[in-house]
Amino acid sequence: MSHVVSPIREKLVTGGKSYSDVTHDICKQVEGEPTKEWKIAFGISALVFIYGAYCLFYTWWQGIGVWGLNKTVGWAWDITNFVWWVGIGHAGTLISAVLLLFRQKWRTSINRSAEAMTIFAVLCAASFILAHMGRPWLAHWALPLPNAFGSLWVNFNSPLVWDVFAISTYLSVSLLFWYMGLVPDLATIRDRATSKGRKFWYGLFSLGWTGSSKTWARYEYMSLILAGISTPLVLSVHTIVSMDFATSVIPGWHTTIFPPYFVAGAIFSGFAMVQTLLLITRVVFKLEDYITIEHIEMMNIVVTVTGSVVGIAYLTEFFIAWYSGVEYESYAFINRATGPYWWAYWMMMTCNVISPQLFWSKAIRTNLLVSFFLSIVVNVGMWFERFVIIVTSLHRDYLPSSWAMFSPTMYDIGDYIFSFGLFFTLFFLFAKFLPVVNMAEVKSVMKGVSSNFPAKKAKAAKKSDEE
Amino acid sequence: MSSTTNYILGVYDDEDEVLHAVSAVKAKGIKIEDVYTPFPIHGLDVAVGHARTRLPIAAFMFGSLGMICALALISYTMVFDWPMIIGGKDFFALPNWIPVTFEGTVLFTAFGLVTTFCISNNLYPGNKAEPLDLRITDDKFVMAINVDKNKVSATDIKKALKDSGAIEVNTK
Repeated sequence: MSHVVSPIREKLVTGGKSYSDVTHDICKQVEGEPTKEWKIAFGISALVFIYGAYCLFYTWWQGIGVWGLNKTVGWAWDITNFVWWVGIGHAGTLISAVLLLFRQKWRTSINRSAEAMTIFAVLCAASFILAHMGRPWLAHWALPLPNAFGSLWVNFNSPLVWDVFAISTYLSVSLLFWYMGLVPDLATIRDRATSKGRKFWYGLFSLGWTGSSKTWARYEYMSLILAGISTPLVLSVHTIVSMDFATSVIPGWHTTIFPPYFVAGAIFSGFAMVQTLLLITRVVFKLEDYITIEHIEMMNIVVTVTGSVVGIAYLTEFFIAWYSGVEYESYAFINRATGPYWWAYWMMMTCNVISPQLFWSKAIRTNLLVSFFLSIVVNVGMWFERFVIIVTSLHRDYLPSSWAMFSPTMYDIGDYIFSFGLFFTLFFLFAKFLPVVNMAEVKSVMKGVSSNFPAKKAKAAKKSDEE
Repeated sequence: MSSTTNYILGVYDDEDEVLHAVSAVKAKGIKIEDVYTPFPIHGLDVAVGHARTRLPIAAFMFGSLGMICALALISYTMVFDWPMIIGGKDFFALPNWIPVTFEGTVLFTAFGLVTTFCISNNLYPGNKAEPLDLRITDDKFVMAINVDKNKVSATDIKKALKDSGAIEVNTK
């Protein structure tokens, strides 16, 4: 073990926990009866899910004519919600892969729940992809399958097909990475199990894990390679999503800055969503010793950095619209800021550019209530960013007689509500049945980062360093 | 683990102690079967004497296979089976195929790597194998020594384990 940790570093695990305390604290949620708070939260999410499922079913049954789309605005909430959820789904893999490559130890307490959140967010995004097809039962037409039309294949030159591959690869690789991370912890629950049922189910999914040093050595290599391939993967996903827009000829979409700007926005909103969930989880499950103020502060710093990148991108877009000398491009941007959707534009600017700058103050970025509020503000802003990009670029096209506005129907709203119901229902199920913190990884970084690590062990660590 | 194997288990409660104990026990000419830990300990596999894993080679090969499969599928469909002029480009429009080829490479690497990992470590759903000591997945570090594979007597092995800092010495 490398114990070279600067003494000025904040402790990542507080409360003088031993390894066994970690096991106990994290397994408690899985082994105990669900708490009253959990039941209430799960009940509300399930109700929201059921109402949303009705709206989504009606959309599938009737077709997307139930949405508020018109001849001019042919993409609105569906693609806004899709891009928003995919963006949120970037944080988990970023935390587990990029921060692993950078050897950031603070990642260990939060990667499990962030990755779970990623997977659920991508599922929510997929629900909009299916819905916006209009005939979701023909979704397999987007795959290169031999078919009844003389094998007319999908067009591999189209960004929409790239997107199918990017999203499905991202979902399956993230799921695999998350599951492999769970295996040692599932074995812990298996070995503590007192009931036959729990022993069977956690035994089944822990694949006969024994904790052998040979397996661990290979496991470390496997995680490292998975992190190495997931890093470009996560960047490719939002790059390709942005190309759905950037390769078109619509003023406001046709810009080369989109890929980096979308990726920064995705990390920005994803970290904000992780922040929202962590701040709730640490209180509900009493994990304050594992998800400390230090973790919250680190997350806020990433939010500030990516928020600033997004801010620069907004300004660059405006500059280039003017500098290009293309009047349609210029109009698209003037219309965004001062046209009938000005309120959406300024909502976006306030939430995404101004609010994260408050985190320059240490008092603000270590304040839990303010962090919680701002994390939600950021995601409101990021939803408006996608709405502004999609709807304001479409609603006034080249022909003024076809200019139109978009107003959502109850099914636009209902399908969005569905995604929240799905997301939170899955998240609460995860929090009840699986360990929310990666126990094995937290234990592996505890020496040196845990406060008041039992004296005997501290002495042993000192001895080993001297040798 | 077959039940007929004759194991002596040294139980430690600290990762540094077990790491030092491995060298101390080996110095006495005792062959260590394996060490079981709740989390990965860097350098432990080298100390025990496991060969470096070849998983990266497997990953590279699966990645190459993925790239070849993706390119082959795209070329077959877009150039040979049903060629179409799209955007006035060549049928063989390689730059446009990079995203899907990349995703194919990543997909094959990830699934190939994890499958190889599971096979090489004998991990599969329904595997009833259990740790030699149930506390291994909690907070104990266990050094397992197979008596039958050692020339050193069981008593000496037990003594060596005790001397190296084991808090318990058990047999299984």
